[in-house]
Amino acid sequence: MAKISIDLSPLQKASAWKPAEVVFWLLPVIAFFLFPKSLALLSQIAITALFALSLDLILGYAGIISLGHAAFFGLGAYAAGLLAKYGWGDPLLGLAGAAVLATAAGFISSFLVLRGSDLTRLMVTLGVSMMLYEAANKATDFTGGVDGLQGVEMKPLLGEFTFDLYGKTAYWYSLIVLFLMFWLARRLVQSPFGHSLRGIKQNVKRMPAIGTPVHGRLVAVYTIGAGYAGVAGALLTQTTQFVSLDVMSFSRSAELLLILVLGGTGSLYGALIGTAVFMAAQHYLSGINPQYWQFWLGAALVLIVLFARDGIMGFLNRLPALAAKKRGD
Amino acid sequence: MGLIKNLMLAAFAALALGAAQAAEPLKIGLVLTLSGPFAAYGKQVEHGIRLFLAKNGDTIAGRKVELVIKDDAPGTAGDVSKRLAQELVVKDNVDILAGFMLTPSAFAVAPVATEAKKPMIVMNAATSAITTKSNYIVRTSMTLPQITAPLATWAAKNGIKRVYTIVADYGPGHDAEGQFKKTFAAAGGEIVGEVRIPVARPDFAPYLQKVKDTKPDAVFIFVPAGEAGVAFMKGFQEKGLAQAGIKVIATGDLLDEDIIDSIGDSALGVISSFHYSEAHKSAENQAFTAAYAKAYPKDRPNFMAAAGFDGMHLIAEVLKKTGGSADADKFAEAAKGMKWESPRGPISIDPATRDIIQTVYIRKVTRVGGKLQNVEFDHLDNFKDPGKQ
Repeated sequence: MAKISIDLSPLQKASAWKPAEVVFWLLPVIAFFLFPKSLALLSQIAITALFALSLDLILGYAGIISLGHAAFFGLGAYAAGLLAKYGWGDPLLGLAGAAVLATAAGFISSFLVLRGSDLTRLMVTLGVSMMLYEAANKATDFTGGVDGLQGVEMKPLLGEFTFDLYGKTAYWYSLIVLFLMFWLARRLVQSPFGHSLRGIKQNVKRMPAIGTPVHGRLVAVYTIGAGYAGVAGALLTQTTQFVSLDVMSFSRSAELLLILVLGGTGSLYGALIGTAVFMAAQHYLSGINPQYWQFWLGAALVLIVLFARDGIMGFLNRLPALAAKKRGD
Repeated sequence: MGLIKNLMLAAFAALALGAAQAAEPLKIGLVLTLSGPFAAYGKQVEHGIRLFLAKNGDTIAGRKVELVIKDDAPGTAGDVSKRLAQELVVKDNVDILAGFMLTPSAFAVAPVATEAKKPMIVMNAATSAITTKSNYIVRTSMTLPQITAPLATWAAKNGIKRVYTIVADYGPGHDAEGQFKKTFAAAGGEIVGEVRIPVARPDFAPYLQKVKDTKPDAVFIFVPAGEAGVAFMKGFQEKGLAQAGIKVIATGDLLDEDIIDSIGDSALGVISSFHYSEAHKSAENQAFTAAYAKAYPKDRPNFMAAAGFDGMHLIAEVLKKTGGSADADKFAEAAKGMKWESPRGPISIDPATRDIIQTVYIRKVTRVGGKLQNVEFDHLDNFKDPGKQ
């Protein structure tokens, strides 16, 4: 029998860390020294980036469209908040608890979500998140309702670093968790599992023919995405020590979709860059024009999407080709 | 350009260093909701603040006032408000935190005020417990129990025996509901039904049908000021509750000057209790409303504008007392027991709770000179927040 040899080197090459990636991850470290007074904003960017990453896993790689991803973010946020409120204030324990709860919720709801096509999925995800939102709204004794959950008291991180007013601990904590989760996601999408997801996204009818259990794969990635969102929610709770009902709101889900489209789907980095650009623009515009900043933000988004249709990442990816073309002329 | 400006500023600062330390500007960080569904709140409070500064000059105890304004839209996301407050403290180096339109915003920021030792002036958020969340909080707006209790007493005295309560389902709503039931029952009234409705986008039709079937003497309603009030009055009209002999009694949020024109004539005759009316008769209010009409001809002054105006007044008076120091402990101490004549009438800061003590008026919607106004006809003087007793 002839030995079948497959050349794996292109895949191996793709999974090696590129210099541009190393530079990218140095940026937040530089930002710490450059903007020591904006750490509160920077940590919320890191947290939202993790949240966007979770949507990228399910939308960008598996093509599952969701308008209710904030449900898992909110579950994680409340789980971490309630744990801390009732005495388990250790941040890492809270993170684990939130991850478990959100993952479980993701697993259960995945069966509902994956039954239909895109439009039904949109409705089901929206419906699930609205149900959770209303439940949290109604259970005021438990969640604090619209007033928000108070009395979230965090213990120092690793028993060492307290969450300070300048947000130093919050920033490093969020950033390190983001990096670790990103590293994991990067491994995941470059694994055979990740490739099968991309295959499902490109042609869902063909994948079973080559032996891929489509449903199982989608359940798995949806569950993982939910867990990621839960961790992001928990981080937000722990670094702000407050949970508002808004964590589950539709606007949070919609904004997340906007961020991902802005950054570009299916590249992981698009989620991170989209978040940074969106939140920085939001912060800058609302600072210079507190009343009408949403108009300018909208205008900026329309322009970006018009001129970079596959998001900022797509534009960046096309840059070398554009440059070559120009040289050719 | 920016660099040259900074250098010039630095040179100027160096020159001024020899002068009194009080010459340092007084930076006030305002956390206001200026966009989204609650945008009118921030706008009104900002108007009030600016009117005070326009009237009294923008130098307080020798320090020039600088406002640093942040929009915490949607106003209900505590994480946003908290982040902005943190930034105001560490980045903008503000001396005082002020604003806070909705309860979640005030609750989330309270620990920042405590940790950073900054005075925190609450200019709208109305849940009773807010002032207990930090020793540096002083409130110049109102609390829901404070406004509600006098209305319940008035209703019981004026032939209203059976009441159905409808409140928005969040802190201020729970406060209003609890206080109304307590006071009304103590005065011999009966609550024949109660319902809590969502804060955002409520649809009143099903609730109002139920109210109509129960046939109470009156409906007590609390909703946050704005669109919800318009929707309620519209539904009340459409379902024909007035024809069925059911009255509306409400806290003044329902009928604030910002929205009363969009409710229109169906508001006529509605009884409410509140601490401020544009139609309040006093020299202070005349000056206030005249200045408001001149500066913002498109808007009408409401209770939030008055709270912003008074909040600024409080800051100015406290700083005069402390000789220009905005130290949080000194500020809170100096604010306690402070009394002045506001456009809404006489007010003071309760030395025990740092909350506001004020006259609560019972008013009736009447057309005055072509405008719908809440005309005051009864009042309860120096009324403390009963929610904290």
